[in-house]
Amino acid sequence: MKELKTETTQNYWDGFNAGDWQGEIDVRDFIQQNLTQYDGDESFLEGPTEATTTLNNKVIALKQKEREAGGVLDADTKVPATLTSHKAGYIEKDLEKIVGLQTDKPLKRAFMPYGGIRMAEDALEAYGYKPDPEMHKIFSEWRKTHNQGVFDVYTPDMRKARHYKIVTGLPDAYGRGRIIPDLPRVALYGIDRLIEDKMADGANLGDGEMTDSVLRLREQVSEQIRALTNMKEMAASYGYDISRPAANAQEAVQWLYFGYLAAIKTQNGAAMSVGRIDAFMDIFIQRDLDKGLISEKDAQELIDQFVMKLRLVRFIRTPDYNDLFSGDPIWATLSMAGVGMDGRHHVSKTSFRVLKTLENMGAAPEPNITLLWDKRLPDGFKRYASEVSIDSSTIQYENDELLRDQWGTDYYGIACCVSAQPVADGVQFFGARANLAKAVLYAINGGVDELAGAQVGPNAEPITSDYIDYDEFMRKFSVQTDWLADVYVNALNAIHYMHDKYDYEAEELALKNTRLDYTFATGISGLSHAIDSISAIKYGHVKIIRNEDGIAVDFKADNDDYPRYGNNDDRADQIGKDLIKQFYNKMNTHHLYHNAKLSTSVLTITSNVVYGKNTGTTPNGRQAGEPFSPGANPAYGAEKNGALASLMSTAKLPYKYATDGISNTFGVTPRTLGNDVEGQKDTLVNMVDGYMENKGMHLNINVFNRDTLRDAQAHPEKYPTLTVRVSGYCVYFADLTKEQQDDVISRTYFEAM
Amino acid sequence: MKIYEQDLSAATAVTDKAPIGYVHSIETFGSVDGPGIRYVAFLQGCRMRCQFCHNPDTWNIGTGDEVTADEMLADAKRYRAFWGTQGGITTSGGEALLQIDFILDLFKKAKADGITTCLDTCGQPFTRKQPWFGKFEELMKYTDISMVDIKQINPREHKRLTGWSNENIFDMLDYMLEHDKHVWIRHVLVPQRTDYDYELIQIGNYIKTIAPIVDKVEILPYHTMGVPKYEELGIKYPLDGIEPPTTLRVKNAERLLHTSDYTNYKKFPNY
Repeated sequence: MKELKTETTQNYWDGFNAGDWQGEIDVRDFIQQNLTQYDGDESFLEGPTEATTTLNNKVIALKQKEREAGGVLDADTKVPATLTSHKAGYIEKDLEKIVGLQTDKPLKRAFMPYGGIRMAEDALEAYGYKPDPEMHKIFSEWRKTHNQGVFDVYTPDMRKARHYKIVTGLPDAYGRGRIIPDLPRVALYGIDRLIEDKMADGANLGDGEMTDSVLRLREQVSEQIRALTNMKEMAASYGYDISRPAANAQEAVQWLYFGYLAAIKTQNGAAMSVGRIDAFMDIFIQRDLDKGLISEKDAQELIDQFVMKLRLVRFIRTPDYNDLFSGDPIWATLSMAGVGMDGRHHVSKTSFRVLKTLENMGAAPEPNITLLWDKRLPDGFKRYASEVSIDSSTIQYENDELLRDQWGTDYYGIACCVSAQPVADGVQFFGARANLAKAVLYAINGGVDELAGAQVGPNAEPITSDYIDYDEFMRKFSVQTDWLADVYVNALNAIHYMHDKYDYEAEELALKNTRLDYTFATGISGLSHAIDSISAIKYGHVKIIRNEDGIAVDFKADNDDYPRYGNNDDRADQIGKDLIKQFYNKMNTHHLYHNAKLSTSVLTITSNVVYGKNTGTTPNGRQAGEPFSPGANPAYGAEKNGALASLMSTAKLPYKYATDGISNTFGVTPRTLGNDVEGQKDTLVNMVDGYMENKGMHLNINVFNRDTLRDAQAHPEKYPTLTVRVSGYCVYFADLTKEQQDDVISRTYFEAM
Repeated sequence: MKIYEQDLSAATAVTDKAPIGYVHSIETFGSVDGPGIRYVAFLQGCRMRCQFCHNPDTWNIGTGDEVTADEMLADAKRYRAFWGTQGGITTSGGEALLQIDFILDLFKKAKADGITTCLDTCGQPFTRKQPWFGKFEELMKYTDISMVDIKQINPREHKRLTGWSNENIFDMLDYMLEHDKHVWIRHVLVPQRTDYDYELIQIGNYIKTIAPIVDKVEILPYHTMGVPKYEELGIKYPLDGIEPPTTLRVKNAERLLHTSDYTNYKKFPNY
């Protein structure tokens, strides 16, 4: 029996180069042995098939209806989502090469109560749906949720930090996300083999010594095996048997998508990444092309329709959540290209095919296309990517060399907006961000919140002099950030403990190794304003203006010409480097759940608007309520020496502490890049090369005129597919709130006179 | 706007005699000021008063931030990773040639460091009189490419438009032709001023006569982004009411100047 099975597996693998991947689960080795590099240009690419265009038009019409309906087209109100809770759903069955929807209808949102019943109900009610009262009873009386677990253990201090928004966006009522399942496993090995392996892993875990961690892992492995079994049932409802490996390209893409579908049916994580699959899919496609089974047109159709499915992923979320992460993002992040540890680049024809989807089906914010950039990528690909960036502003670029060196593997993907994660054995605990600009104000006001007037941070002596003394400030800042690091990290300890307990991601983790490396992700918001404020205090002689309660509400720098972050001026940039390192070290003194390794980030997504709204006037002259600059971008208006000086400042921030990502959102007008298209492409390629060579980590590139954005704000109907990159993801401009549109418009667009 | 204000102890170990440059501003990301991405130093001071000038704040001579060539080079080199094979430094203005001692020092040192140099000039200071001409000849040895505006072909009209005649500008281009010094020719297209077909045809014909050194010909459509600066400086805006040219007129000018015939710029700096 065993032998027969091996023989069958051999048939599925016919034509592939042999390697370790056959004896053990090792997708990376499979890619290493079978990669087909492509060094040419985009001229081989094909347009969409008729079926793709018909389906795509339907999807566009559905999305239009969804927008007209106020954001949600349909929602389930009574069936908690599981892998098998909904019958098979289609756009138009006969035309679909790749099938599978989250629920039984396209764009119908699933009911996901495990993160928190109130959040799920609020989300439904916000869009005019009535949640089933029975569900309320079940998930508040009989079945505890993640949210309830967290609030059972939060300390008063944690509640306060959360309430006054020095910490915002904690995943305590929604899924933490940021797990990249190793999706190719489904296609390469089939589910039965994966179950076999998990059972072998589980059998002897802990050797009978039932410690807390052994118990937890044994239970998790059992849940993973159950999830794998249910995946087979889910696929069977679409008429596919994924117990065995994929036999051809269509099956490979379909199997892989089923793996992803399992994740998005069961988790509404803050980011639901797809991982790094271009080279993998390409191997199956190339095998079929070589055998003459499919044409280039067929190959493109598979990729187009796969990507179309990624564009349909939806979760229902509350207005609060949308304020933070506007435009309905789900971060179906698709990482591509990169260079292997052996120096071979991983650009395949399928890397091109994925970019081509933006032309074949129009620009769209999802999937979140992320190019792992290395100087050694072939020129044809670099130039094609630049062209797509100039045309659609939908691509983000990450420094492959920096990431590869940090994570020690070339088989990593981007787990969220910008954070890297080894696909086979890495997991990240996502943890929102702490507001360092507000901490600057707490230092000045002795822990009293500048907007609410309440004592939130430690009740320390405020600064009482008219002018701020730098040394005194730094001492007081340290006291407040000690407290902030403590309360923040420990709130996250509570969150991840409870998430594992009540909302464990069995479907995603079933597709990874059993033994995992965890990173504990934290984040910093308001960095540019904290830097410039501290620089103002140090170099600008800052006077405090207080209100009648003695709270500092405004500031005046005698010397307004102090160094500002964003000008490649070490005096300011060093402050930024120190802030990150010091805050990291403060957090790192604490216990971290699951013995995870601490990481931090400087990326805010669109939450820079909300963070700014909740922060008073800062000593750098940013007025109360004004948005922060996004991610690691310099404060608006601070940059005086042009784009490269600004990029150089960001590039100096130390990735070794902020391994969760340092995001720069770069806006430029087409004319500034050059007077003709070829020149513009050259400029972009050189710019990205230069940024990466200087150890810049991440770059969103937006190419358009501010006038276009103003026009799109006034006449959204004229720009239905105008996409912009915000910190770490991409949105339809029309789907941003008015406030966020204003923010995007007021960002720096480097412009040549 | 201040140039890099940091520890340049290595760079400052120069003699007191090093010529001082007067800088209006620095653009680290110049991609329309010569080949590739360039570090563009806008030098302070210009004698021309072009009606369409969008940088009237660069006119005054003798003001601006003072720097030495070493200081500027140290600042520029921080952006080297962005330059690729074509990029480098550009001196613009204002009128760069008014500070010929400084740019000579700068270009000489840049070339010694393997950096490509680009001179953006309107040619107004050009003269064959010594000692200036000797310096210019020396400067040309260290200049990889020059960008020269032909603002008007007709000397009288040129004077009306800029306040100065253009005879010495053509003399400078003659010199460049004679010595095989390559140029980009640019023409700012201003409706009612520099957008008449018969003049464009003349410019086109002229460029043909110096074709061996012309790497690129560009039409720069007039824009009104400089207007606020005039308001700020309290200077009356000379082109009040004139709108930027239409795309059609830009295309027409490109046709009459045969811009697509000049493609040597792609080979820069390895012809």
